[in-house]
Amino acid sequence: MPREVGRQYKEILKKYIDSQSEEDLYVGQQFSRRFIEKQIAPEDVISIHKTALLELLPDLRDEVWISMDFLIEMMIHYGLTLREHQSLIRKQEILQMEMNVATKVQDTLLQTTSPNVKGLDVGWVSQPAHQMNGDYVYFLNENQHVASVAVADVMGKGIPAALCMSMIKFGMDGLEKGDTDPRAVLDIINRIVEKSVDNSMFISMFYGKYDARSSTFSYSSAGHEPALYFNAASGTFMELNAKGLLLGIKTDVVYEEHAVQMQDGDFIAMMTDGVTETRTEEGFIESESIQQLLESVRDQSAQKMAEHLYNELAGLQEYRLGDDFTIVIFKKNPEEV
Amino acid sequence: MSYRSSVEIYTEWDIVAARQLGRNEAKKTGFGTVDQARITTAISELARNIYLYAGKGKIEIERISENGAFGIKIIASDEGPGISDLRKVMEDGYSTSGGLGAGMPGVKRLMDEFKVVSEPGVGTTITAKKWLH
Repeated sequence: MPREVGRQYKEILKKYIDSQSEEDLYVGQQFSRRFIEKQIAPEDVISIHKTALLELLPDLRDEVWISMDFLIEMMIHYGLTLREHQSLIRKQEILQMEMNVATKVQDTLLQTTSPNVKGLDVGWVSQPAHQMNGDYVYFLNENQHVASVAVADVMGKGIPAALCMSMIKFGMDGLEKGDTDPRAVLDIINRIVEKSVDNSMFISMFYGKYDARSSTFSYSSAGHEPALYFNAASGTFMELNAKGLLLGIKTDVVYEEHAVQMQDGDFIAMMTDGVTETRTEEGFIESESIQQLLESVRDQSAQKMAEHLYNELAGLQEYRLGDDFTIVIFKKNPEEV
Repeated sequence: MSYRSSVEIYTEWDIVAARQLGRNEAKKTGFGTVDQARITTAISELARNIYLYAGKGKIEIERISENGAFGIKIIASDEGPGISDLRKVMEDGYSTSGGLGAGMPGVKRLMDEFKVVSEPGVGTTITAKKWLH
């Protein structure tokens, strides 16, 4: 086959030498694709050129032929580099395919269902900045009166973060029958993470538990962003802080636990730093701006509120998220009688 | 028909001698200009690896024939530190990114057959063949 290519190359070259027209150059350029299609190395192209020239202009000076041999020598490494790149591209395609599968596995693995508790409206959005999400939301619906949520942020992104989250998820799954008070949950998860993850991986987590019988929301935090509590009666926001070290640093951590009593129309927004550290041209977004955005849609459903905040903040960043973005809203509605 | 000759590698000049020997043998075997250049480049890379990483070693070149096919065999051997992770050195982009040349995958591509035997602390022997097509 290369012989056939060589014959055609000679014809095209001859035409060009005779006419030097743009048309022949165009034909030549089209023909060069065949070299690439047939994976003919650059050094072979020079050799084909030399062979063609030997037949077309056999009387050229010896120095010309010698220089062509030199050029062949020069092209060997180009040829190798080209083939190396081609093989790396194939490898990358395989990796990309594996990533796509991994993302699907992650989605299935980390699926969680919004809890169903009378008088509590739950809404949430979690959007990864890259292909795999380093934020994690997990709902627990212990019984018809109690709904809990864990919002976690694995520092570092991509595959290592995703692997880490699977571990948290299985830790949470094991909780169903145990103590589900926020400080106890963080204590257990902290021990699991400390045992299984190396020290370079940091995880922050906010855990909140709503009990409809007393309308109380109790919470603990492992170095996570404070949640925002909106008091509908006074129209004011309050930060829900609770002291506690990031997960996985040491085993004996005491996590604080606090509680607020929710009234109708009150809501609590739990977020990751992808929300609070939204970057605009003027720098980080102000906490007041987030509060204003939430308050402006306080009469809508919790899901609409979460989506509104996401759309507004993502819009500010022209939909190029700098970090994984997660918000969960618990809103107390009047119970229908 | 089997004819073997060798070059000891101590200095950078010995790399040139090994190249020259390889090119002559490749020409005698009947390889064309491009394949001569490929075989020479492979020898050059192997000799350079010996010079850089083992300090000294040997390049042997042999014209070979098997089942009516003719070709050339290169044996590069040294008693250097050896290669602890063979899979890694055979990976694309491993040695080339540091600008060290074509690396092992490059030599493998230039030739038709390629085999490495290496033991850390004992040395490395690389055998590569190319056949006339």
